[in-house]
Amino acid sequence: MTTETLSHHDAHDHHDAGGTKVFGFWVYLMSDLVIFGSLFATYAVLMKGTAGGPTGADIFELPFILVETFLLLFSSFTYGMAVLAMNAGRIGQIQAWLGITFLLGAAFVGMEIYEFQHLIHAGFGPDRSAFLSSFFTLVGTHGLHVTFGLIWILVMLVQLRTKGLNDVTRPRILCLSLFWHFLDIVWICVFSFVYLMGVL
Amino acid sequence: MFGKLSLEAIPYHEPILVAVGIVAAIGGLALFGALTYFRKWNWLWSEWFTSVDHKKLGIMYFIVALVMLLRGFADAIMMRTQLAMASAGSAGYLPPEHYDQIFTAHGVIMIFFVAMPMVIGLMNLVVPLQIGARDVAFPFLNNLSFWLFVAGALLVNISLFVGEFAKTGWLAYAPLSGIEYSPGVGVDYWIWALQISGIGTTLTGINFFVTILKMRTKGMTLFRMPIFTWTSLCANVLIIASFPILTVTIALLTLDRYLGMHFFTNDFGGNMMMYVNLIWAWGHPEVYILILPAFGVFSEVIATFARKRLFGYNTMVWATVCITLLSFIVWLHHFFTMGAGANVNAFFGIMTMIIAIPTGVKVFNWLFTMYRGSLELSSPVLWTLGFIITFTLGGMTGVMLAVPAANFVLHNSLFVIAHFHNVIIGGVVFGMLAGLTYWFPKAFGFKLDEKWGKRSFWCWLVGFYLAFMPLYVLSFFGAVRRMQSYENPEWQSWMILAWVGAVIIMLGIACTVIQFYVSIRDRRKYADVTGDPWDGRTLEWATSSPAPFYNFAHLPQVESVDCFWEQKQQGIATVSKGPYQDIHMPKNTVAGPIISLFALIMGFALVWHIWWLAIVGAAGTFISFLARIFNEDVDYYVPAAEVERIELEHQQRLKLHEQQPEDESVLNTRFGVQV
Repeated sequence: MTTETLSHHDAHDHHDAGGTKVFGFWVYLMSDLVIFGSLFATYAVLMKGTAGGPTGADIFELPFILVETFLLLFSSFTYGMAVLAMNAGRIGQIQAWLGITFLLGAAFVGMEIYEFQHLIHAGFGPDRSAFLSSFFTLVGTHGLHVTFGLIWILVMLVQLRTKGLNDVTRPRILCLSLFWHFLDIVWICVFSFVYLMGVL
Repeated sequence: MFGKLSLEAIPYHEPILVAVGIVAAIGGLALFGALTYFRKWNWLWSEWFTSVDHKKLGIMYFIVALVMLLRGFADAIMMRTQLAMASAGSAGYLPPEHYDQIFTAHGVIMIFFVAMPMVIGLMNLVVPLQIGARDVAFPFLNNLSFWLFVAGALLVNISLFVGEFAKTGWLAYAPLSGIEYSPGVGVDYWIWALQISGIGTTLTGINFFVTILKMRTKGMTLFRMPIFTWTSLCANVLIIASFPILTVTIALLTLDRYLGMHFFTNDFGGNMMMYVNLIWAWGHPEVYILILPAFGVFSEVIATFARKRLFGYNTMVWATVCITLLSFIVWLHHFFTMGAGANVNAFFGIMTMIIAIPTGVKVFNWLFTMYRGSLELSSPVLWTLGFIITFTLGGMTGVMLAVPAANFVLHNSLFVIAHFHNVIIGGVVFGMLAGLTYWFPKAFGFKLDEKWGKRSFWCWLVGFYLAFMPLYVLSFFGAVRRMQSYENPEWQSWMILAWVGAVIIMLGIACTVIQFYVSIRDRRKYADVTGDPWDGRTLEWATSSPAPFYNFAHLPQVESVDCFWEQKQQGIATVSKGPYQDIHMPKNTVAGPIISLFALIMGFALVWHIWWLAIVGAAGTFISFLARIFNEDVDYYVPAAEVERIELEHQQRLKLHEQQPEDESVLNTRFGVQV
């Protein structure tokens, strides 16, 4: 992959490598959106298939989920601060904001694992009914994405330390930012369509 | 320790498989020995396997696809032989559980591991050259995509000798593919082969979409792109939008099978018909992913050999875009009999028929391009003419199937088999073989032998009609598909006729193999010194053959459609002239093959429930990917002096060729690809 731009080289031969990467990542996110779209559709088809097991209203604890939601929303804000710090060129601030984002994201994943474990212990695991299968898969896929985002944040913290801010790390921080906000948007849909509508 | 894997999984009691295994082992050992003896391993690894050069990846896609074509065709001829024998109570030679695996493997291999890699291989070879780029947007991902595809292909082939393959049909409909009805490992092989190679395909789609939108040379607006690039762009849009659906569908089936979930089960609230909906929401766009680039090939071929600008360039583009959009709203025609209701069926039936309109536009464009052109009946043109006739016929039977009322009669009959072979052989296979012949000199620097190419065409054409027209006939008598034997003795003569057709197709494949042999033997006679053997119209012919690894010494400037053709008419100089500059290029990488090797290990371990090995595979995949991310040594500059040396060499040969075109000793140095 092209990673550096040297001005004395044939400038017009040179495509904007960082821009291409970010654009490519947008396209990837669109394909990921199709994954979530398919899972939402699956959930919509199967949500009535409770097979005598619990419905959403029986098992969702809205206040708990609301805390989770605010953790994730707030982490989007702190990631935004990290990007602002990157534009100002302040590595220390980027690291601090990324660190806070990581903690918020980790707390979100931790709460989700707690929720899942709680449900499975109560006998409402994903093999109980089609509704629970699709619920666990949709929410779990989002959780897996957030987990990968957390690992990515760790990688960026290491790379910021070893490489600093350059044409490699800048586009990566931007792509991760897109990823993180994207997961936030998906979660808003999960919260509205799965939890809120499930309880109402 | 080894999960479900035991010695019982090796089918040593099946004589056919033992014979195949021995032949494969001997062939593999011979290849291994030859590579070792001639000390080619290092060359293979550093020049090819780790290469990020889109042209070499395109060639490798095609080689794997041709090997898999042999395997897929072996399945086909076995099925036809079985059906020619098994009539009127005779059992034939293939027991049902074996026959079911064969028709499943045939479909899976032909679509995923023959047609897809041919299409993607041609895109790799041609698209960057046509848009005047030096490489794709993400060269490492391109290499990774290829190796993920190879990992999937290997899993399918491993299933032949270790365990079994799915007996479910190529789309593994639930609940038959669920754990209750398919407790063996066959469906698991299907799952992981498709999941791993499918992720590679998605990455390819993203890569080429970005390449075409971001890497076009100066002056190449969207409406100056060659048609093959346009059709590739649309095919990649379809990949990006549809392959994630396949990923999800297979993942849900996996969860059903591995974790006892209830997406597609018959009980606990599961919904079997959702599987069919999901798989075809991917599956129908998939057929257009295959056929659109084939349309692109025919457009290039017909314009080049008719020596005319393609008739109706703009309508061709818009027809392609229309088909792209429509392909997403027709999926339900694969299961009209599901019982979605008259209104739903009517909608999908009408949408399906509407696709015939943009396709018809294309057919007329090709006809009018030929009209009053000076058409040269070369083998690519023969494939194109054979396509126009055969595909039109297949399109018409498709419209018949699109009528819901007729579909209730034809559904699940041999009519469907005849129809989709009609369009896939007549469209995709003919298109890929035309493209192979057409762009072969650009890849290797010499043309393919025409005589054997034409023989191959006639065998395929005659063989196709003999093999599949009887199936249309039989379907009207009520012959259903996916049967290992038929009771009715009156059908046997038709089945034998179909078998004869398959044998003639086999001769066609043999002609292609001989064609390769003859062309390589006589490569000096067929050498393409100018880089423009067909008097082409688009940019790939502006550079030498085989194209230098940086493609163009200078990125060309484009002012119109078929700009290269116009420049030739005006005698404007080529891209080869000095002065030269340093060129920025990506470095080869070992990451692609290594990541894919771990993915293969993970897939195999998951098939057999060897959990510790699956963890090793997953961790290896992850760590080798991390290693790639931390590697900064990924690119370099080709010095201007090196570019000058390569270009002057090319110009020198060109000069000698003009003075004494018969001098073979000079041409000899040109084979950068040492065949």
